[in-house]
Amino acid sequence: MPIIHPGLQLTPLHGAAPAWQGFIGQDDLQPICRSVCDSGGRLVALWGSDERASGPGFVLHLVLLNETGLICLHLPLSAVQPAYPDVSEIFPAAGRMQRAAYDLLGIAHNGTDQRQWLRHAAWRSGSFPLCKDFDAVQSRTDELDNYPFVQVAGHGVHEIAVGPVHAGIIEPGHFRFSVVGEKVLRLEERFGYTHKGIEKRFESMSLGQGAKLAGRVSGDSTVAYAWAYAMATESIAGTTPPDRALWLRALFLERERIANHLGDLGFLGNDVAFSFGLTQFWILKEQVLRNNAALFEHRYLMDTICPGGVSVDLAESGKQILLEECAMLEREAHLLRNIYEEHASIQDRYMGTGYVAPKLAAQLGLCGLAGRASSQVWDARVQFACAPYDQLDVRIAVHHNGDVAARVIVRFDELFESLRLQRKIVSKLMPSDILMLPLEKLPGNGFGLGLVEGWRGEVMVAIHTDAQGNLARVHPHDPSWQNWPVLEHAIMNNVVPDFPLINKSFNLSYSGHDL
Amino acid sequence: MYQILKQIIKTGIKTEPAPQANEAMRIQPQLLQQKILDTFGHALNIRLVDAGSCNGCEMEINAVNNAYYNLEGLGIKFVASPRHADMLMVTGPVSRHMEVALRRTFDAMPDPRLVVAIGDCAYDGGIFGEGYASCGKVSNIIPVDVVVKGCPPTPVAMMQGILAAMSHFIKE
Repeated sequence: MPIIHPGLQLTPLHGAAPAWQGFIGQDDLQPICRSVCDSGGRLVALWGSDERASGPGFVLHLVLLNETGLICLHLPLSAVQPAYPDVSEIFPAAGRMQRAAYDLLGIAHNGTDQRQWLRHAAWRSGSFPLCKDFDAVQSRTDELDNYPFVQVAGHGVHEIAVGPVHAGIIEPGHFRFSVVGEKVLRLEERFGYTHKGIEKRFESMSLGQGAKLAGRVSGDSTVAYAWAYAMATESIAGTTPPDRALWLRALFLERERIANHLGDLGFLGNDVAFSFGLTQFWILKEQVLRNNAALFEHRYLMDTICPGGVSVDLAESGKQILLEECAMLEREAHLLRNIYEEHASIQDRYMGTGYVAPKLAAQLGLCGLAGRASSQVWDARVQFACAPYDQLDVRIAVHHNGDVAARVIVRFDELFESLRLQRKIVSKLMPSDILMLPLEKLPGNGFGLGLVEGWRGEVMVAIHTDAQGNLARVHPHDPSWQNWPVLEHAIMNNVVPDFPLINKSFNLSYSGHDL
Repeated sequence: MYQILKQIIKTGIKTEPAPQANEAMRIQPQLLQQKILDTFGHALNIRLVDAGSCNGCEMEINAVNNAYYNLEGLGIKFVASPRHADMLMVTGPVSRHMEVALRRTFDAMPDPRLVVAIGDCAYDGGIFGEGYASCGKVSNIIPVDVVVKGCPPTPVAMMQGILAAMSHFIKE
């Protein structure tokens, strides 16, 4: 058993990710969270569902993670005035998730921050889109959003408001800086601008359509989401995809990591006025994207993973292309790494900038790539290695300095490791004609989880089916939920012009967070 | 420094020929820069607004600026303020939370102005459709001159869309 708690009965969930589930009562929530936290575990996701049609009311769901795997706890709530005790005192990352769960479903928490989070003015306060009886027309409002930001007072303090529309080619969000001179005293984020109702949309979709939508929760992580979604469906159905499909999924996931790390390394050069780096790395990234298009019919590998398997194969002739690509990228990226490391003006901007101490990272639950740059030794490909990662022996990339420089180093290390993995996958890929065991319908009243280590961090998808086996509730969770609040800390005491650099060194998703 | 120079020389020029201009444009690609200058008096300036996309289109818009496509080489660049922009590029279904920001950005642009909607979602709402939080296609909110379909559209398709919008404009 992954955790022991009086009266708690956990049952294992079928699937690629090691996971258990169990029902708990109101009084168990905080003690269980406390004991998982105290033993080094983390909160992955928190969401709610409206089960008034089939049961007594609403249900709160939490996924916790410790070294044994995922623990999904279901806490039934009343149909009238549903509420549960705050867990953000234990897991600070829960704060925004609890506020979002209230905005979408009306389930209340007693945390200190009771402000709205995902809701601006698209629907009225007191109406809840994820309730099954939600009326979109009735709940429309024309009022403007009026969000109470925290004010910083003092001599010489002023505010800089940035966004939602940013100066560059990036997603929308609002940043409120309180500064003295150039120094940032406080940053407060405000998101939800790209909230387009993804979770509600899932509920009207077939399994196949849902796979496409999952691949568009955050476009830059389309492979990770599509795999996590497929993993959740296979968890409910109790099936395992064909071997070759699993190896191809890993190939796609590593290619997504390679492309994104290359792009970020270019941007991280550009943000310190080293446009040479941007040009060079984006030449490399473009070559990866073109190979994707030539071999797998899509530059970003969208819709290549579907429930039950994959939809494209790697031709025998493609193997040589991938091996040549590996050799080229290794050669070029090593050269560029030397240039980055020897260029004093780059290192001067990187070192010590946007520092997140390992202790703070652990307290706030910083995860994924940014977490590993602050000593958080978690990588789902290592700790919860599902096939084929159990045969790939992934080397985790960890750094302890917690600054922009560390996040750059982790990206370089992971890039080279992904290239090594790509080589290994290509050499171990066994011929087979079977790429998919089609999954069109799921069993009724099922629940499944998928967890995939995307390039940014752990991507989780949870699926609940109704009595007929249709999608009743789908909750995709992006690692950006955990990491955005940490950015507010990373910028403190840095100068305003370093914000773009620090922000890019995390490179978090807005769409994946706003849903 | 030696390493950098060596790498620059070794890299050479990656920029490929600009895509063939759409027939509707009726101008030669090599005359493009001059036409832009004659019409706008400066480079064509584009302001991007992500009105709720999944960020897939943003990746390809960034790619348009890489050495292979080299959009800036044609005299077309992205700017930070709508006040400086001749063209508004919009991605995504327009989320209700971005509706006001999109309208305000459009209103802040000087006339004459062009709007290019990028991607399947901007075209018809795409997979996200219309709902309690999504207004669907861009033309539900502001007038659109050119639509570039695709999920996401390739960099070449985007450049063709930009050129098509401009040619229509230059003809007037």
